Amino acid sequence: MASVKLSESKIEELRAICRQFNNEKGELINVLHGAQQLFGYLPAEVQEVVAEELNVSLAHVYGVVTFYSFFSMLPKGKHPISICMGTACYVRGAEKVLDEFKRLLKVKVGETTPDGKFSLSCLRCVGACGLAPVVTIGERVYGRVSAEDVKKILGEY
Amino acid sequence: MAKYKSHILVCGGTGCRASLGEEIVQNLITALEENNLEQEIQVVRTGCFGFCEKGPVVKMVPDNTFYVQVTPEDANELVLEHVVKGRKVERLLYLDPETKERVSDSKHMGFYKKQIRIALRNCGFINPENIDEYIARDGYSALGKVLVEMTPEDAIKCIKDSGLRGRGGGGFPTGLKWEFTRKAQSSQKYVVCNADEGDPGAFMDRSILEGDPHTVLEAMAICGYCIGADAGLIYIRAEYPLAIQRLKIAIDQARQYGVLGQDIFGTGFNFDVEIRYGAGAFVCGEETALIHSMEGLRGEPTVKPPFPAERGYKDKPTNVNNVETFANIPPIILKGGEWFAAIGTPKSTGTKVFALAGKVNNVGLIEVPMGITLREVIFDIGGGIKGGKKFKAVQTGGPSGGCLTDKHLDIPIDYENLLACGSMMGSGGMIVMDEDDCMVSVAKFYLDFTVEESCGKCAPCRIGNKRLHEMLDKITLGKADEDELTKLRNLANVIKDTSLCGLGQTSPNPVLSTMDNFSDEYLAHVRDGKCPAGQCKALMHYVIDSHLCVGCTLCGRVCPVDAISGEKKTPHAIDSTICIKCGACLEKCKFGAISVQ
Ligand SMILES: Cc1cc2nc3c(=O)[nH]c(=O)nc-3n(C[C@H](O)[C@H](O)[C@H](O)COP(=O)(O)O)c2cc1C
Repeated sequence: MASVKLSESKIEELRAICRQFNNEKGELINVLHGAQQLFGYLPAEVQEVVAEELNVSLAHVYGVVTFYSFFSMLPKGKHPISICMGTACYVRGAEKVLDEFKRLLKVKVGETTPDGKFSLSCLRCVGACGLAPVVTIGERVYGRVSAEDVKKILGEY
Repeated sequence: MAKYKSHILVCGGTGCRASLGEEIVQNLITALEENNLEQEIQVVRTGCFGFCEKGPVVKMVPDNTFYVQVTPEDANELVLEHVVKGRKVERLLYLDPETKERVSDSKHMGFYKKQIRIALRNCGFINPENIDEYIARDGYSALGKVLVEMTPEDAIKCIKDSGLRGRGGGGFPTGLKWEFTRKAQSSQKYVVCNADEGDPGAFMDRSILEGDPHTVLEAMAICGYCIGADAGLIYIRAEYPLAIQRLKIAIDQARQYGVLGQDIFGTGFNFDVEIRYGAGAFVCGEETALIHSMEGLRGEPTVKPPFPAERGYKDKPTNVNNVETFANIPPIILKGGEWFAAIGTPKSTGTKVFALAGKVNNVGLIEVPMGITLREVIFDIGGGIKGGKKFKAVQTGGPSGGCLTDKHLDIPIDYENLLACGSMMGSGGMIVMDEDDCMVSVAKFYLDFTVEESCGKCAPCRIGNKRLHEMLDKITLGKADEDELTKLRNLANVIKDTSLCGLGQTSPNPVLSTMDNFSDEYLAHVRDGKCPAGQCKALMHYVIDSHLCVGCTLCGRVCPVDAISGEKKTPHAIDSTICIKCGACLEKCKFGAISVQ
């Protein structure tokens, strides 16, 4: 894992998040949500601070971080792309759309392009099944996407 | 709602918002202002209307005109024509696919005719961010009735009489669960609302929380009174930002109005609700895993007993119910258990919300009485199969359920019948598949899901499902023989019998039900090396017929991987070692020279 140097001010913000939850170990998941919002991901350095603040072992924090798919130890791209792989999207061709993204970006699911622009991930159902297949890029939602649309969509960024 | 003469309701559910619902709202407000009508007509963002296929939906109240597939550009015309001149905008009305007539009132649409709305009663009718609108539709009067007129025992009896069963999947009788938790001895108890909704393709809980968050808060308070708890927790997945936001607003308003907090209605009853966030783990929908997750731990399930009703959150008695289960409680209290029990079938009373999706014409959220048939749901409400294709299967129960076929279409839907056919009610996802869907691939898709979501605690689920997935992979790659099918079935049964929690105990269902109902298709893969639905890429080959090919070079130019070679005006050929089977050449060939074998 690449080591990251966190600035003192960011670390202080992180400690403030822990305090906001009274440094309670039962609030670990809420703290991690806050931390991920702050840093965009959860590198080892962040986990160390959280472990220290909540007075739990680093292994415990790491165990929780790696258990939940929402938490990531790798930075996301500038434009995170998520392909919905819920059943409704799957039967309406989401896999073909995913293949096209993989082919054009030359990355696998969970990876980021070398220039840091796009990262690719799958998610399970955003609940917009009427628009299947659905792709989200950042906050923007694209509905009824077909493999042919992918090139055009990427061109917008 | 008194101040305004009329209202324009715009669907504010996730689906419609994704297709520019918010811009429609803004444009409508601007158009009203331009015509000096903003004091008389109010634009309201409601919860989901359910008819997602035709979204974004805009409804005019009081005349109930139902406009579909509205775009932001239509806003001006809606105001000028409908509001100012009182003329309907015909082109935006729903077109009945059979009669080819425009229908303006949703009551007369096939999609709504057979629906009965109890859990979804307020979705699409009220502004979910305004507690007054909930109160105007009898909101919090069930809580008042329970606190003032009923003992906890009376209220529990009412829920038991209703026959309500858990809508989260298990179907456990709700009144009985409340009674167990009530009887548990402890000074501190908890009410938990399970809003984890992990089944991919189900979105009823999200729609209820987005469209009518107060109903869940009210029901949780009623539950608290019945079991003797003063604290409620809602465990919601972090992937539902809009639902979270509306819940937070609702909790704040409820506190302001004193329907949450200390001494509610002056009766001395205290109850408050907090939100807890999931972080993307399907297994956390399982109640013991959910409780561990709320305690800040890895969301791994533990053996029951002890049930949460005895020992749950922080080791205290805890009553866990699903969102939709809770949404049924206030109407049951107000109208009585017998009223509810008269709807549906004797053993599965009331209604069920289904998220109808996949290859069906009317994708959306529907609420139907138990006992309705799959045929009515798919063909009458769902409007049949997309593109005139042939119905092949319907998957219910999500990753724990199974695929049902033609022969099950006329069975009344209830908990027992679905189980008997090898599927289950689950949370209410209903995915329709047509002749182009390969059932082996569908089974593999669900196993993909299970393998990823297995928490890894017990071996049958962690290792067994991985092996199942590998076997299915081999079959779809054409590398398996008939013996593989026997092994597949054996292993599936072992996993079912030996897994620790409901996840592993049900994960082989998609495999077993497709093997039972579509055995020919499995055999075609292993015996003939063919995928009848034409989905398994490894079993397909694109070939060019040299007699038909004129050498126009078009196919070579569209091929994304340069797998096609040949001189101009001479027949081309596809190199199958390079071909990625994308089908682009086949679509482009004007001479019908390319085919799949
Ligand atoms: C693997 C697994 C996943 C589950 N996911 C959910 C879920 O997402 N939502 C839910 O309400 N219940 C889910 N359940 C059922 C819960 O364990 C529990 O039975 C339910 O929340 C009880 O509420 P009810 O009686 O109102 O249905 C799941 C169960 C299992 C085994």
